[in-house]
Amino acid sequence: MHGQAPSIAPRVAAAGEAAISIERVSKSFGGGEDIVRAVDDVSLAIRKNEFFTLLGPSGCGKTTLLRLIAGFEHPTRGRLLLDGQDISALPPFKRPVNTVFQNYALFPHMTVAQNIGFGLEMLGKPRAEISATVDRMLKLVRMEELKNRRTSQISGGQQQRVALARALAPQPKVLLLDEPLSALDFKLRKDMQIELKRLQHETGITFVFVTHDQEEALTMSDRIAVMNKGKVLQIGSPRDIYDRPAERFVANFIGDTNFLDAELESFASGIGTVRLPSGARMNASLPVDAAVSNGKVSVVVRPEHARLTRDLASAALKGKLDTVVYFGTDTHYHLKLASGEPFMVRQQNTRDGAAAFAAGEDVGITLSDNAVQVLRD
Amino acid sequence: MAETTFSAGLLPDDNAEHVARAAEQASVRTRWALSLPSLLIIGIFGIVPLLVIVVYSFLGAAAYGGVEWRFSTDAYVGFLFQKDIFDDTLHFAPDYLQIYLRSFLFALGTTAICLLLGFPTAYFMATRPPAQRNYWVLLITIPFWSNLLVRTLAVMLIIRDEGLLNDGLIWAGAIQKPVIMLYTNFSIVLGLFYSYLPFMILPLYASLEKMDFRLVEAGFDLYATRGKVLRRIIMPLALPGIVAGCMLVFIPALGAYVTPLILGGGTHLMIGDLIGQQFGSGRNWPFGCAQALILMAFVLVTLTLYVRLSGGKVQQHG
Repeated sequence: MHGQAPSIAPRVAAAGEAAISIERVSKSFGGGEDIVRAVDDVSLAIRKNEFFTLLGPSGCGKTTLLRLIAGFEHPTRGRLLLDGQDISALPPFKRPVNTVFQNYALFPHMTVAQNIGFGLEMLGKPRAEISATVDRMLKLVRMEELKNRRTSQISGGQQQRVALARALAPQPKVLLLDEPLSALDFKLRKDMQIELKRLQHETGITFVFVTHDQEEALTMSDRIAVMNKGKVLQIGSPRDIYDRPAERFVANFIGDTNFLDAELESFASGIGTVRLPSGARMNASLPVDAAVSNGKVSVVVRPEHARLTRDLASAALKGKLDTVVYFGTDTHYHLKLASGEPFMVRQQNTRDGAAAFAAGEDVGITLSDNAVQVLRD
Repeated sequence: MAETTFSAGLLPDDNAEHVARAAEQASVRTRWALSLPSLLIIGIFGIVPLLVIVVYSFLGAAAYGGVEWRFSTDAYVGFLFQKDIFDDTLHFAPDYLQIYLRSFLFALGTTAICLLLGFPTAYFMATRPPAQRNYWVLLITIPFWSNLLVRTLAVMLIIRDEGLLNDGLIWAGAIQKPVIMLYTNFSIVLGLFYSYLPFMILPLYASLEKMDFRLVEAGFDLYATRGKVLRRIIMPLALPGIVAGCMLVFIPALGAYVTPLILGGGTHLMIGDLIGQQFGSGRNWPFGCAQALILMAFVLVTLTLYVRLSGGKVQQHG
């Protein structure tokens, strides 16, 4: 049983081929009145060689979903497929999936090398192969000199690398990462983000990454699933998620956003025409996977997709500048629109500062043609 | 006065060192003062009696108990040899050695059974929700609420020929005649196991409770089966508890007195009973003292070996 468990050489998969399919999976804890639906009817497919991120606030079910893939929890309903095989009932030690734990969970009674070699040893690999793989892994995470240290004798960042090497050594089909960077300080976290991307690229292993940090998710992922209250709200590339949020929660959780009430007047093939509170008519992108109908809708505009202007006649929206906050690279302008709603514009600073506006000024806001996104709800 | 200020200003390091040394001396004095009561107790009730025992073991036995004040090694010689009553030659007599061997095996068996049954119990307790754990600890300590003698007599009542167990089995039709359990090796080991089980469970629980159970998950994640997780992760991490528990069971079990006396019915002597006899019906105090010292030496040697075998591993991840 041991020898055959996972024998995975990194290979280039056909685009779109699913490494993991999660089919209508639910996981509840407790029972009766106190039942908690940690994961609620989630379906998604994680592609091979993909850096897939589960993003959401704490308690959204992202860690439970990861534990379901690892096998520490078993679904109440639904099933999980790995390479097309149903793994829902398999215990964790029979799944060719490895985890990098949030607190690293390194074995304190073993050296760095023993930790890294543990998985291979349990698979019954020959000693020579274990030692060769351990050396390769140490090199991969640049830890060769600390091979024989105890895990208590190395720093947090180094422990993180050992945890990565330990999980990668058995060459799993999928590597699960449970907020692995949250315990590191800012500088180290930035370094490890780059390191993780490099490792994923070099090993060709599918990474499933759990985080609550939207910036981390945007910079590292190929695709992101945004979760809240046990449900997946939107799956897409970082760009999709940021530029075309499908729901208020997604738009709000990731980046700064302006919400406006608008009226959808007509729509065709993904583009609609909305009337903004100011009366201006704009083209707007419609949500990708939801039907819309004419009438009241919520739209969002990212602050950097809007520009301030003194030419009030051509402006889509008009308002009064409340506060101006200088951030170095850009300036945040907080306005109160004529309709009473707050609105924020983020404008990049130039050296000459010619376009600077002052608080109290009456200004107009121009929106580019694809700046407005209609929400699903 | 001026000079003092001057020197203090010129040589601040020297002065600071002075102050530090004085503080150090004061703290050493405080520590001695604080540990004095315990040291006195250990001295008066531990070391002095031990010296008395050492001295007595080298004296002659008085006819009706007590000692005769003459130097004699009879007590030690008598442990291994028997004096021929006609020609005073010494013959090797392994009778006492046999009692030692039996005691050793009983203690070892008791320790093994306690470990075997105590480990799952401690593991169960350590994996309960934190709020529940204290109740389990309380349950484990309930036997201490009553006297050891009472508890041992209770065991006797349960396993004797007309006891609860035999009557129950006969009533259920499982057996026709009572199974003889009392006054056997079985009853002694059962009694020892029952008396010392909490001493195994509690240290095991203490070390398992501290364990990070995410390490167990990490083991499962890295393809370790349940058995491998137990052997390669849980047991090494619980080793300090295993070592402590085994010592706490083995040592008192080796010198047990009440349990073998009551449950062995005087037919299966252990070292404790042998020593007790010398001060009672045997009326050979020097021999009893010598036995006590031999037992002590025996425990010391066993422990040294044990600690040397397991201690290195414990220190590795202390």
